[in-house]
Amino acid sequence: MIAETGQFTLALALIIAVVQGTLPLAGAVQNNSRLMALGSSSATSLFFCVLASFGCLIIAFVVSDFSVFNVVQNSHTNKPMIYKISGVWGNHEGSMLLWVTILTLFGASVAVFGKNLPDSLRATVLSIQGLLSASFIAFILFASNPFLRLDPAPLEGQGLNPILQDPGLAFHPPFLYIGYVGFSIVFSFAVAALIEGKVDPAWARWVRTWTLAAWCSLTIGIALGSWWAYYELGWGGWWFWDPVENASLIPWLIGTALLHSAIVVEKRDALKSWTILLAILTFSMSLLGTFLVRSGILTSVHTFATDPERGVFILILLILISGSALILYAFRASSIRTGGFFSPISREAALIFNNLLLTTGAAVVLLGTLYPLFLDALYGAKVSVGPPFYNATFLPIMAPVLVACVIGSMLSWKRGDLAGVFGRLKAAIIVTLVVVFIITLLNGSSDFLVALALGVAAWIIIGTLVQVSERLNLLNIPLYKSVYRAKNLPRAFWGMVVAHSALGILVIGITISSAWRVEQIQLMKSGDKISAGGYTLTFSGTIPISGPNYTGIQGKFKVERNGEEVTVLKPEKRSYPAEKNQTTEAGILSTISGDLYTVLGEMSDNEEWSTRIYFNPMVNWIWIGAFLMAFGGLISLTDRRLRFGIWQRFSKKFVRKAV
Amino acid sequence: MRNAVVIPIFTLLVLSGILGLYLWQIGTGQKSLNYLPSALIDKPAPKFILPPINNDGEGFSTEMLYGKISLVNIWASWCIPCRAEHPFLMELARNGFTIYGINYKDEPKNADRFLQVLGNPYLAVGADSSGLTSIDWGVYGYPETFIIDRRGYIRYRHVGPISATDLSNKILPILRRLKN
Repeated sequence: MIAETGQFTLALALIIAVVQGTLPLAGAVQNNSRLMALGSSSATSLFFCVLASFGCLIIAFVVSDFSVFNVVQNSHTNKPMIYKISGVWGNHEGSMLLWVTILTLFGASVAVFGKNLPDSLRATVLSIQGLLSASFIAFILFASNPFLRLDPAPLEGQGLNPILQDPGLAFHPPFLYIGYVGFSIVFSFAVAALIEGKVDPAWARWVRTWTLAAWCSLTIGIALGSWWAYYELGWGGWWFWDPVENASLIPWLIGTALLHSAIVVEKRDALKSWTILLAILTFSMSLLGTFLVRSGILTSVHTFATDPERGVFILILLILISGSALILYAFRASSIRTGGFFSPISREAALIFNNLLLTTGAAVVLLGTLYPLFLDALYGAKVSVGPPFYNATFLPIMAPVLVACVIGSMLSWKRGDLAGVFGRLKAAIIVTLVVVFIITLLNGSSDFLVALALGVAAWIIIGTLVQVSERLNLLNIPLYKSVYRAKNLPRAFWGMVVAHSALGILVIGITISSAWRVEQIQLMKSGDKISAGGYTLTFSGTIPISGPNYTGIQGKFKVERNGEEVTVLKPEKRSYPAEKNQTTEAGILSTISGDLYTVLGEMSDNEEWSTRIYFNPMVNWIWIGAFLMAFGGLISLTDRRLRFGIWQRFSKKFVRKAV
Repeated sequence: MRNAVVIPIFTLLVLSGILGLYLWQIGTGQKSLNYLPSALIDKPAPKFILPPINNDGEGFSTEMLYGKISLVNIWASWCIPCRAEHPFLMELARNGFTIYGINYKDEPKNADRFLQVLGNPYLAVGADSSGLTSIDWGVYGYPETFIIDRRGYIRYRHVGPISATDLSNKILPILRRLKN
């Protein structure tokens, strides 16, 4: 019954989505306010229908209803509850349903919070959102139905891939999808602007808010995914340039560009058509990412199943959605009037510089990701594109972005004074040079690139702090006055400060953890000692263990530093009988200065175990940086001018009630 | 600006064209994601001398590959897919094809029992207890099967267990072609 309810509500949702996708748009064209008003009510009811359907699938997983094929394939009665639930989106069908749930949630939130938008703009946006929802609901219903029944029902399910049974991964897809799908709203706004032929400040504010929200979520999603890969896969690395990792990085890069160009639209009334193009591209790349993952066309850790039919379906959607938006853009972009002239040295110009490099970077990653596929399709040759390619192409493109982010944010709008900015950055220049000099001195010229990268990190952090101290007028006025100033600075400024410094922290983490990593692979007997990263590890053999749905072997390493016991690390090898699969659980001692990372390998003859010990210095700074960056975005989201509309509505209600 | 948009539209068309072509190739079975080419195709088989499993018999070495068409199967008793493909190897052996085995990192006891219970399709088996010979062959996963021509050159590589369709669509046609 549950599965049929789910399927029925989803079919109902398709009808509502078609209504939402057509009538409000027709209303906007004919200036018919009743048709336009249909947008809001259909968007909310669409959301509740899809939510009900998603809820049905969750219930089927929670109660382990093995008459549903999807549950059989991805669940098991012995699985802990959290993984029964995360199993809902740990597979193709369920994750597409989550995708659509988020898509309609965002449509509904435009309906609820968009009261301050012009009627025709809101109706058009909701219509486009409705069309997007309709296409994906149709895809689920016709090509990947999660509610398929199985008769006769088996007694037990096949379980979820054990490497996906992990708290980090339970939350990775939802965040990633909120990010991907969040850009759909920006896309709808962009297309609506093209249809309407105008861009007003309310438009810019909405686009910036949604871009920020989607970007924060995507950042968290990517960071969670990379963190999971780091501690779960047992390879000691955190980014593998895996096609599917790249598929999330590409929209992130273009989304970052969009984030910055939306500022120019909002504040300076310039770069409008470029921002619209970026909005279209960002969502197109999100769709491409979905296509690459869902079609299984690229072999990677994420490949669930290779199914050309599904791939064709998503590819057609991609062509229809992006193609029609781009064609609309080609015809209508020139009708959008652009104001706000600026000189080549100005904050606007710096943001264009940032945009061009970020989109180029995204293009390079896209090329590297798809190149093996193209070569195979056209010439039947198999190649793989690995880190050397990205190190040689992507990093040099990103380096100027890092250097310029400090300068750009200090230039004034319209016409900036570059010499003046360098003058104000004296402190940052000195610190950078000192950092480069000291590190070269300590490590010799072979590590010059490392020194340079750390210099760039210092430049970003100090340069950003210089801006803070300038704004607060630190040291020139009494401290309490500076604190008072700090409170009154816009949240968007603080968001920028946090996000840019976080970028510096990220660069430090990436540089040091990859340059000075220690890796030791050896055979160890019980009682053997080994040292890494200033720690001494004593191996004390293995014991058998058993968990709720697995059995395994646990190794023990006593970790000492300067003769004092710090902790005992217990790396495990688990074997999941239901899934016929094995996982490696690394034993990790995590500190701010670095991670001691132990992995248990195979047992050889005479009771010797192959063990891998890594010391990854400052690797945590990578995720601290990434999460701080997202936090900076959140701070910016709370800026007064972005919540102004909502605040006004609430205060109006309040006043009405008070009267 | 209007001219600039030609680039994204063009990119989209090229991109989706190639992606579509690739999907079509996978759909019609012309391309497979599991297909891994071997750098050793049309090269001589690597040089090796392997001892027999239980110190009885003669073992398996490169010399034995010269003079007739043969298959080299890399297997282990602990490898479940090897069990799945075993009946097909037996069938090939019954039909007079020469199959050699490389027993990868196995307990001699278990390997012997495997052959006693399931049947022995191999003319000779070499025990690769260190796994080094398999590395020379560029083995990627277990089982793997290579087809060797009369001169001792590798002509085909099959990754993973041999299925009924693999046997009739790939392995047998290649063996027949080499014979003529």
